[in-house]
Amino acid sequence: MNAPRCLIAEDEPLLAAGLRADLATLWPGLEVAAMVGDGARAVEQALALRPQVCFLDIRMPGRSGLDAAQALAEDWPDGVPFPLLVFVTAYDQYALQAFDAQAVDYLVKPVEPKRLAACVNRLQARLADRDGAADTLQRTLDQLRALLGTRTGQDDGAERLTVIQSQVGNLVHMVPVEDVIYFEAADKYLRVLTAEREHLIRMSLKELLPRLDAQAFWQVHRGTVVQARCIVSARRDDSGKVHLTLRGRTETVAASRLYAHRFRGL
Amino acid sequence: MPTPAACEAAPPGATALGAAAARWRRHASRTLVFMVTLCVAIALLLSAFDGGGLGTKLIYSFAIGMSCVVVIDGTRLGFAALTDGLRRWRGLPASPSGFGSGWRGVVPAMLLCILIGPFVGIGIADRLTGNRSPSLFQLDSPATRVTLTLTVLGSLVSVFALSTLERLASARALAEAAQRQATEARLRLLESQLEPHMLFNTLANLRVLIGLDPPRAQAMLDRLNDYLRATLYASRAGHQTLAAEFDRVADYLALMGMRMGPRLQVGLDLPEALRARPVPPLLLQPLVENAIKHGLEPKVDGGRIDIRARREGAALRLEVRDTGLGLDAAPPALASAGGFGLQLVRDRLATLYGARAGLTLAPAGDAEGGTTATVRLPFDDRASG
Repeated sequence: MNAPRCLIAEDEPLLAAGLRADLATLWPGLEVAAMVGDGARAVEQALALRPQVCFLDIRMPGRSGLDAAQALAEDWPDGVPFPLLVFVTAYDQYALQAFDAQAVDYLVKPVEPKRLAACVNRLQARLADRDGAADTLQRTLDQLRALLGTRTGQDDGAERLTVIQSQVGNLVHMVPVEDVIYFEAADKYLRVLTAEREHLIRMSLKELLPRLDAQAFWQVHRGTVVQARCIVSARRDDSGKVHLTLRGRTETVAASRLYAHRFRGL
Repeated sequence: MPTPAACEAAPPGATALGAAAARWRRHASRTLVFMVTLCVAIALLLSAFDGGGLGTKLIYSFAIGMSCVVVIDGTRLGFAALTDGLRRWRGLPASPSGFGSGWRGVVPAMLLCILIGPFVGIGIADRLTGNRSPSLFQLDSPATRVTLTLTVLGSLVSVFALSTLERLASARALAEAAQRQATEARLRLLESQLEPHMLFNTLANLRVLIGLDPPRAQAMLDRLNDYLRATLYASRAGHQTLAAEFDRVADYLALMGMRMGPRLQVGLDLPEALRARPVPPLLLQPLVENAIKHGLEPKVDGGRIDIRARREGAALRLEVRDTGLGLDAAPPALASAGGFGLQLVRDRLATLYGARAGLTLAPAGDAEGGTTATVRLPFDDRASG
């Protein structure tokens, strides 16, 4: 086996340099494949370089460490061992409680060498366990489902959305939520697709989700939310990906690994 | 006899009473203690003077005392219910003093009490003892005069004492609530300024810097020192000079600069003539923190923050401008943490200068984008100087 490689995603340059220096002492065999300062580049570089370990800062510009982990878990190529993820955070009681509950690896800043050494030992043991490597992805998926579930569970405060207002020039379309077949994130916008047409609204999926009825609208991908009653069928292809056929739309919609468990036969 | 209006208003009165249940219980127990003490004292006094049986005196004194209490409190409650009913009818919220608003009806209550209390009391006592007391309309009878005088004096003293006690209690409750609110506000202010995430991240950076560049680490530690000291003492000092305010902002931005590296550029622009102007300490701090936290830190490429002070006629204008994500990028975040910071600045300005000062938050309005927060203060401020 080649020397293990890691990716460090940390937006504060001194902290990134410090972690690199500490790792060099504690784990001389570990090669730092890339150092990036934001979540989007972390995903891009990890997918390109396929490191064995990723250190992900939680608070990063653009995309948080947790969002980056979700994107990695959804887009990771089949047949390549999924990297071991270690989250790094300065202070976030709730996140740490959730991490502990899910046995997620994490480091608290300032990173003390003793704690980093313990973390390195754990990572080395896991990398050495070749059988364990296969289910790293499955384990990460389970952890992420639990973590993301706790994150979106607080939808009581938000007001339910009933009609979506989409403005085009000086015309405002009023789209009843029950007519929406699915929502798809597109950069800073959301595509709203009904049987007749497509609307664009200026809202993120994160803002939208708490305002939807979670029973009626299912998230099936980090960028897609589908109205459950519009799903006609779910087809699993050879690589295990799930494609949804929808009533009223000709295109299919992909469900990611993270949400594919919703489409198992009873 | 209770007035018809008071009778009709009884049901709303019951709800007003329910709203002030705790106060009512407190009042009732005090009233009971007062009544019992007074009645026993009067009975002892009377039996000592005219030598009649203490038992009979007690029965009469208690019967009169009790009917006075019923008449006075009944009338007061009725009055409170009436005022609350009227307020509701006019679309106003119920009186904040609730049951206590009935103290305004205490004068008619007293009159009714003097008219009704002794009659009813003596009537009841006559029933119980089988005696026949002389009619109260025979004012020439010494017994009648004694009874009426004692009733008037007794109810005057109790009403005065009880109303004073209750007024004191509610004043104390109000003062305690205000104190609690002030403490909570101070705590929230401290918590927002000594944000743990900022502190631990800064310490983590310092830890690395100590190994890489000890002199710079020492300089940063001094900055952190000054920042913490200023934050902890800010709520106690009245004013500081604009130069000192800019120094504190510079401390914070130097620490953020250490953390964000090349992603943060800083411009501080304070004209020489304005350096000695007095300003409330750390007034700009929440605005600078917002610019970093919501504007520049979440932006992948980072950007610039510019803080400037200018005189505009009779006003001093302080401006915090960033080239960050802009206002519409972070409405949910601004509604919570950032919203608190802005509210804090607005509250302080309103307390210190009233309508003569203000804070506006607007898109920067040029090609670089971002947000501008502008504070306007009176330039010559004798009132709070």
